[in-house]
Amino acid sequence: MRLALELILPILLIVCALAVTFSKRLLVAVVIFTSFSLIMSVIWVLLESPDLAITEAAVGAGVSGLLLIYTLKKIHALKGTSDE
Amino acid sequence: MAKIKKEKKTLWQRFTAWVNGDAAEQPLLPAEPPKPKKNKGAKGKKQKAQPTRKEWMGLSRFEHFYRVCAVVIGVAIVSVLMVTVLQLPLFGSPDNPAVNEVVERYVEKGLEETGAVNMVAGMILDYRAFDTFGESSVLFLAVTCVTMLLMRDRNNTTKEEDLLTAREHVIEGHEEDIILTKIARLVIPCALVYGIYVVLNGHLSPGGGFSGGTIMGSALILFAVSFGMIRISRFFTYATFRKVTSCALMVYAASKAYSFFTGANHLESHIPLGTPGAILSSGLILVLDICVGIVVACTMYGFYALFTKGEL
Amino acid sequence: MEHLLINHYETAAVILFGIGFLNLLLQNNLVKKVIGVGIMDSSVYLFLASQGYIEGRLAPILVGEVANAADYINPIPAGLVLTGIVVSVSVTAFSLALIQRLYQKYKTVNFDEIVQLARQKGDE
Repeated sequence: MRLALELILPILLIVCALAVTFSKRLLVAVVIFTSFSLIMSVIWVLLESPDLAITEAAVGAGVSGLLLIYTLKKIHALKGTSDE
Repeated sequence: MAKIKKEKKTLWQRFTAWVNGDAAEQPLLPAEPPKPKKNKGAKGKKQKAQPTRKEWMGLSRFEHFYRVCAVVIGVAIVSVLMVTVLQLPLFGSPDNPAVNEVVERYVEKGLEETGAVNMVAGMILDYRAFDTFGESSVLFLAVTCVTMLLMRDRNNTTKEEDLLTAREHVIEGHEEDIILTKIARLVIPCALVYGIYVVLNGHLSPGGGFSGGTIMGSALILFAVSFGMIRISRFFTYATFRKVTSCALMVYAASKAYSFFTGANHLESHIPLGTPGAILSSGLILVLDICVGIVVACTMYGFYALFTKGEL
Repeated sequence: MEHLLINHYETAAVILFGIGFLNLLLQNNLVKKVIGVGIMDSSVYLFLASQGYIEGRLAPILVGEVANAADYINPIPAGLVLTGIVVSVSVTAFSLALIQRLYQKYKTVNFDEIVQLARQKGDE
């Protein structure tokens, strides 16, 4: 069971990375990058490092995703927020 | 100077001008910046004068070459690294050469020398405290650089930008969203207390300064999002941010950074190590954890405030 | 080949590094380049921390009274990666601030257009 999880999660990571590369909309790319961080957090638990798991969950999915979305707002790449 | 150079423009001069990024002799694009869809059309219009046309065709040939080269180099790097992975020791084997006498010392003597039950926290805040100091400085430096880039004051805003931000303030409105405020009143105290718990228990259980600091920073960000910047600037202003972050970093530097000059002769801190398992134990680790947590929390909030409003 | 499957974390880390690197070089949009750098960072941390795992041992939190080095995984790579994660978010934040300033000046985040506009305006 654990071996199955250890084989599937890295494949999911690679799928997420490819989805970020080939997505056309920026908001989709940011959301998939946040889920990439979430999968990394689970992998840290499987590697027996709980410190890294808490930090990656707080930082990757929390602050990094938040900053990316605020940047998207400032460059007017979110639909429905352009002033014109 | 451009007129004299126009007459004799050898291949070498054109190449150096292109490398230096000098403006071409004739305007290449129409006066207003082009919209993204018209990009190829704008390039097609530029076949009027002979030197500019050759220059642009050289550029697109370079781009093609650049893309092919990038893919080749990427594939080469990945294959070299794969060959390296084939030479690595097996995953999870106990006779990994990374497990040496340093690990034995840290694990076995860690409790009696640092007093920390969490070995990773004991390692990064006692044995290798200088690395953590460098990393807190990197956070402080990052927020300083973002302040330099994004902070708005009277000198670097034009009148149009002022009008635009005033209009955005009016658009965002100041009726507070009732769902957000009610839920935030419940969540923010819990998140703050949880963040403080993770920081204080850094040496006893997983967690530590960084994760606890990020959780506290997220609670502050939630406060700013739901209640507005005016209410949070009642207790968290730019002056507060400066004083708190600088004091925390200086406390850290005073306790651990002098060993940069004195080498291995460090002063014994007179804080007793205490019983392992209690919160008030492990000497300086608790103090340093609190400092790191404060720096990280203020940094995360600072990033948010500078990104949205341009003021801290 | 079995070696690559046994070291599956390192293999995945190397492939992710390649994907992130190609993103950084070949994407036109600046925000996607920053995301590519983030993917590269995460792959390096995965590679480094998987050097510290030892089969059948526990996380490095002391259980009981006496610590035996044969009961716990290697805590050193975890400590190094902890620093790295925080530096990665600092670099991301700084790059995003630069992207905001570039957008304020050139009104686009497409890399080719910014280079063209910069060359036209004559300043870099």
